[in-house]
Amino acid sequence: MGAALAGELDAQGHDVSVIDIDSDAFQRLPSNFGGLAIRGNGTNQDTQKRAGVEKADVFVSVTAGDNRNVVAAQIAKHIFMVPKIVSRIYDPIRNEMYKDLGLETMSPTILGAIALKELILDTPVTSR
Amino acid sequence: MYIIVVGGGEVGFHLVRSLLQNDHEVLCIEKDPERCALIAEELGSVISRGDGCEAATLEKLGAGRADILVAATGEDEDNLVACQVAKHKFNVSRTIARIHNPENKVIFELLGVDATVSSTEVILAQIEQEMPAHPLISLQRLKGSNLELVNVEIPPNSRVVNTQLSEIELPTGSMIVLIYDRDRGIQLIEDNTVLQEADEVVAVVRPDQEEELRQILTNP
Repeated sequence: MGAALAGELDAQGHDVSVIDIDSDAFQRLPSNFGGLAIRGNGTNQDTQKRAGVEKADVFVSVTAGDNRNVVAAQIAKHIFMVPKIVSRIYDPIRNEMYKDLGLETMSPTILGAIALKELILDTPVTSR
Repeated sequence: MYIIVVGGGEVGFHLVRSLLQNDHEVLCIEKDPERCALIAEELGSVISRGDGCEAATLEKLGAGRADILVAATGEDEDNLVACQVAKHKFNVSRTIARIHNPENKVIFELLGVDATVSSTEVILAQIEQEMPAHPLISLQRLKGSNLELVNVEIPPNSRVVNTQLSEIELPTGSMIVLIYDRDRGIQLIEDNTVLQEADEVVAVVRPDQEEELRQILTNP
């Protein structure tokens, strides 16, 4: 998801930096990606600095781990004062809690459930 | 007291055993079934298999009546989230997180973790103290303040050897609290106390003044 998002934002002319612990992940970026690709742990302050967090307008954390995402986001928000933070949190309960704690969050679990429900209920079903 | 320990690795295991010896009610949460079986065998029914970052797991284990939650897993992010869930969902009054990356101390405490223990820093300090000529060692952060206790060994060529304390200008707000002299033992601090080669100086200082203090006490 990170690579697709970074590609989209880069194509729209924004300055984008991508952090990943595994440099293989950068192969998923579009070939014409013009931003920075930083290999490192996104929950490290030094790595965030290398990616330019101190002048970032938006910080997005979309690793596969909920806990890693909220830690990286909270460091960006409270240490580096990034104005807008968005995190992906699969677990709906943690999602609610971190919303209450001031993070902007997106839960694919909830969004997926809603989309599935719409597919089930909003299209006519032929009764047997 | 009822204490929940998240993480049944080496640190969690020994912590649980020691808390049980002190007659506390203890429950350990561990994800790995093999670790769970081992701990159950060694320590009895004080272990529950599950994810200590999940509110549902903590609720089942009675986190609402826990006095303390200690997050002692090997991952800093899991430890922070376990403490945050305990605090915000269950009002656990005291949360303690083990951290590996020392720079996480500030952010964890800012986010409501009551205390952090940095295994990396503890080990570093212990190793540094065993070095023949050690620089400045951070011993302990003073709770609730932006001050820490540090230890500096006065090298033989330091400019402050044979100097009275009253003549040494320390960083603003910092203070020498104790001097240990190998021959004379612990020295009480007075204005006319004289620093000598190989003295171990214990001082209170702001972390950002560490380097300044080190230079004052060790520069030739």
